[in-house]
Formats: sequence, structure tokens, C-alpha cells
Amino acid sequence: MNRLVSPLFNSLAALGHAVLSAAAHAGQLVLFTGQLLWRLFPAWTRPKLIVQEIYAIGVLSLVIIVISGGFVGLVLGLQGYNILSKFNATESLGVMVALSLVRELGPVVTALLFAGRAGSAVTAEIALMKTTEQLSAMEMMAVDPLRRVIAPRFWGAVIAMPLLAALFSLVGIAGGYFIGVLVLGVDSASYWGQIQQQMQPIDDVMNGAIKSLVFGVVVGLVAVFEGFNAEPTSLGISRATTRTVVLSSLLVLGLDFILTAWMFGA
Amino acid sequence: MKSYIQFEQMSFSRGRNLIFDRIDMAIPRGKISAIMGPSGTGKTTLLRLIGGQIKPQSGRVLVDGLDMARASSKELLAMRRRLGMLFQNGALFTDLTAADNVAFPLREHTRLPPSMIARMVALKLQAVGLLAAADQMPAALSGGMARRVALARALALDPELMLYDEPFTGQDPINVGVLLRLIASLNQALGLTSVLVSHDVAEVFAIADCVFVINEGRVVASGSPDELRAQMPQVPFLRQFLEGAPDDNQSAAGQQSAVNLAAALGLSPAVAPSKARGML
Amino acid sequence: MMNTQRGIEIIVGVFVLAGIVALLVLTLKWSDFGTSSVSGYTVSAQFDNIGGLTDRSPIKLAGVTIGRVSHIQIDPKTFEAVVTMVIGSQYNNLPKDSFASIYTAGLLGAQYIEISPGGDTQVLKNGDKITMTQSAVVLEKIISKFLFNKAADK
Repeated sequence: MNRLVSPLFNSLAALGHAVLSAAAHAGQLVLFTGQLLWRLFPAWTRPKLIVQEIYAIGVLSLVIIVISGGFVGLVLGLQGYNILSKFNATESLGVMVALSLVRELGPVVTALLFAGRAGSAVTAEIALMKTTEQLSAMEMMAVDPLRRVIAPRFWGAVIAMPLLAALFSLVGIAGGYFIGVLVLGVDSASYWGQIQQQMQPIDDVMNGAIKSLVFGVVVGLVAVFEGFNAEPTSLGISRATTRTVVLSSLLVLGLDFILTAWMFGA
Repeated sequence: MKSYIQFEQMSFSRGRNLIFDRIDMAIPRGKISAIMGPSGTGKTTLLRLIGGQIKPQSGRVLVDGLDMARASSKELLAMRRRLGMLFQNGALFTDLTAADNVAFPLREHTRLPPSMIARMVALKLQAVGLLAAADQMPAALSGGMARRVALARALALDPELMLYDEPFTGQDPINVGVLLRLIASLNQALGLTSVLVSHDVAEVFAIADCVFVINEGRVVASGSPDELRAQMPQVPFLRQFLEGAPDDNQSAAGQQSAVNLAAALGLSPAVAPSKARGML
Repeated sequence: MMNTQRGIEIIVGVFVLAGIVALLVLTLKWSDFGTSSVSGYTVSAQFDNIGGLTDRSPIKLAGVTIGRVSHIQIDPKTFEAVVTMVIGSQYNNLPKDSFASIYTAGLLGAQYIEISPGGDTQVLKNGDKITMTQSAVVLEKIISKFLFNKAADK
């Protein structure tokens, strides 16, 4: 009897432990967010620090974003052409590519790449600073690490993300133009003209920009939180980076559904 | 003699582990005090309690009269500007040069012109004998050099209290000598109050005015190095710790190392008990 | 040290500017992208209903694009739609009695004007009007007509 029951209890205990530690993690995130909120605007007294982070987080992510945007645009152009040509509607290729990018793929794919490229780097950097007691040393020097180190990185992510997403969409539309118009022979004026007629500045572009801003906040917050709360060991650093990528990707995809339902109707 | 740091019935626990159990300790002003104990007794924790980075569960930690646990964040920041801390591994900012590391607290807390800061940085680096390494990145510095740069950084704002976390661990004998001389001369020249936590008996006894030995969450002995040597016979743990003996029933090897250490302390095992007996 | 900081600031400035320009380009209505300013002559035509025809919709002859709709307005007297179109100058020999119809490309595609050439020896010139037109087919109208007929049959 006991032999049968104890594995059951063990797995129940494991489940309970997992739920409890996830709840504790979420609670820490909420507390951390509160502490960070306090420092967000005081951090602007040192704009140079924020500029530096926009460079480290945004500019250094440009290459991967632009290249990925180009490829996504090429694929969209190719797939869109194949589908639309069945309905004899290849004139709509431009608007299909543009709307897919601006509403959905631009913000989401950029956020996922951003989490992998910049988010993980921010987490690793902060976690390493914690492990080597640099944050503690800063605190002992009467310098608030949340304001000096964490807040500028958060701002860097929030500012860089919408800009990167816009560039991603633009490069993607150009990629669709290349494959659709220059290679497959879709009418150039239709490609642009349909975009012009169908795409709405508020409904599409603004909503896409809001999405990318929200994703910037999510990825930035998760990245600095995981770094700041990392266990100060080498294993702790690698776990924290992994958690940043996994958690922010899941949050981005989940939030994308909620935002889409809210903006474009459920 | 007025004390600079005062622990009053201070208890601290981490999880279920009671690390300090109602400790009373008075660290004198203007002296070098050492807090000693075996690894894992929470010596570093004690420094964090002094710096107000963590708070005791009960009792008080007073630094120059300020209760660090109940101080407002403004008071806490003001107090921290008056103290410098040397971390065990230096904790230099890895993306700044040695000179920028030293300049960091100056740039954060003062509005001095760059030329003035450069001059002050040079002065501090000179004091630790590392002016030549000013433009090196921390990764390019040896462990001992990194610790001295960190010392220069801790001194940048001319603190009145210096905290040293295991300053001698993992250093070669030459570096240990340099650090010993630096700590002692800084204390004299600048009139600092210095607190160092360490388990290196020989080094600590060479410079400390006042030593506290902690074991299992309590202060088991305190006093000047000479007084501690005198207390050795009555306090079994003290003897064990100071002489490095593994236990009461010593093995031959253990006894040998104890003899070596005692010799380093300037005592011979045969002499020490008799000396102590004489003092009784 | 000062120089790298300044360099970073400049690069960040360029980056932020590029991002904002990208957002603006997406927001602004692409103005005259890709129309490659069709040069040619202008003719107009009146339709009862233009359906989904818009500015820049193509004008086709035997399936080949020969021009663009330049603008659409309402004739205030007849309440009909007046479509002005620009036809490439190399197609300057279209008969004057040509027929203009609005068709849909495929089932879901965009709408366009198809020109069916007549037999007149006179050709369309700048400012001329195509008189024979066929309006857009509005799917709902056809379906409802079909349903009414069915009902009448019974």
C-alpha cells in the first residue's frame, strides 16, 4: 500500500512545490516592479546613462532585427503570392504583407528576437554584477543600483523596442516588394496603392506601435528582474538568462493574444 | 573610550538558521578592530548589518549613534557616504578602467570638475601604489592589484569608517604584507575607524587593536590580541581556533600545524599555558 | 573616453531618428509611392456605380495595364460617378466609341476598368469622355435578384 501511495505523494508534493515557487516568483516580480517604479523618472536626471543603454540594447540589436525583417518579408511575399494568385488577387499582396507585419509579426517577432538578443544580455550582465558584488559595492557607496543600473536598462528596452519593431516592419514590406514586384511581377502601383488604401494610421500602425511598446516593457522588466534576482552563482546566471528568454517569450505571446482581442475585436 | 559601532542584543537569522544570537559588541572609534571566526559564522553578514544592507530581526546596530535598521533611506545614504568597504573579491566595475572605478564615487557624489577628479584619483591610486595601472581594465589586474584598486575606490570619498571583508584571503605573502601596511598606515594617517573580518589569525593579530571572536552566533571572546592569548586556556574554542587544532584529541599532524601557527604568533605551546597561569 | 561617448550618442541619435521615420512612413499614407507618375492623356467616364473602384485602380486593355484612375468624383447633376483616368501616351489610338466596364479581378481581387475597343476611326484624345460604360457588378444585387426571381417562379 505504502509503496503505491508514496510516489503519488511525491509527485503531488513536486506539483505543490512548483506552484508555490512560481507564486513566490510572481510575488517578487510585483514587489520589484513597485521598487523600480519609484526610480523610473528620477533615472532621467542622468540621460547619458539611458542613451548608453539604448545603444547597447537597441543599436546592437539592429543587425539581427533588420536581417530577420527582410527574410520574414521575403517569405510573406512568396507565400502571399502563392495563395493570392489562386484567387487572382495578387494586387492585394502589398496590403497583406504590410498588415501582417504592422499588426502582428513586426511587434511579436521583434519582441521574441529582442528577448533573445538583448533581454538575455541584460539579464546576464546584471546577474554577473550581482554575483561579483558590484551591485552591493554600489549600494555601500551610497549609490542606488536600481536607479543607476536597473532603471536605465529598463528605459533602454522600452525606447528601443517600438523603434526596432517599426524598422522590422518597414524592412519586411521592402522584402515583400522585392519578391512580389521585382521577382514575381506583381504590379508595383497596386502593391503600394493597396497598402495606402487599406492600412489605417490609427487602427493598424498605432495599435502595432502600442503592442511593441507593451512588449518592450515586458521584455525589459523581465530581463532586469531576472538579473537582479538571480542566484549569485554561475548556475544562477545561466538559469536567469534562460528564464528571461522563456518567460518573456511566453508573456509576449500571451499578451499579444489579449491585446489583439482587445484592439481588433474578439 | 566611546565606541563607534555598537551591537545591542542583536539577533539575525536567515531562514531557520540563527546566525547571530543576541550579540553585544562595542567597536571603538579610531582603532583597528577585527571580527574573527571560522568560515560560515556570518562574518560578511556582520559587515552588511553595519552597512544597513540587511536588518536584524531584533536588537539594534548603531553606527555613530544611528540605528541602521530604523534609519530613513536618506539618513542611510548619508551614513554610507561616510563609510568605505573593501569587498572580498574587490567588486570592481568590470566595464570601467581602474581610474574610472576610483572616480566612480566622486562622479556620483560630487560636482567636481573633471580635472579635479583626475587629480584626486591619481592621489588615491598613488596611495595604494598603483598609479601605473590607472588605465588598465580590472580583468587585466592580478587579484592583489584589483584589491588595492578597490581599496583606493573605497577611500575615494575620505571615509571615516573602513570595512574590510577577508582582505588577506587568497593573497600571496608579499601582497598580504603590502595590505597589512596599507591598512595600518591608513588607519593612523587618516584617523579612520577600521573593522576587518577575517580568519587569518597571524595577520589580524599583527595589526588589530581589538579582536572579537565569534562562534555559533555568539561572541566567545574579545579583547586585545594579548588579552586573547591570555584567555586561551579557559576557552576551549579559542584555543582550537587560534591554534588551528582540529579537536581536543589532536593527531600528530594537527599538533604539528598547531605548533607552527603558535610559533607564528610568537608563542610556543609550552609557554602559553604557563603565561596564562601566571596571569591568573 | 569622451570621444567614444560622443560617438555612441550620435549613433543612438541616428537610430532613434530612423525608428521614428520608419513609424512615420508607416503612418503617413505612402503618398505617391510607386505610381511612377503615369504620363499620358486624360479621359473620363460616367458610371452608375463604381463598386470598389478607387484612385490608382488600373485601366486595362485586353488584360494589359495601360493606365490608372487619377480621381473619382460625383457629377452634381446626374448623381453619377465621374472617373477620371490617365492612359499612357503610347496607347493614343483607342477608338472614340470604346466601351469602359468595371470588373473585379478574380473573386476577391481589386476592381479595375477594362476598355473594349470600338470600331470608330476617330481616336480618344485628352479631355474626351467615354460615353458607353458598364457599372460595377455588385454581388449582393445579383444574388438578391436571383433570389427574387426564384421566389417569383414558384
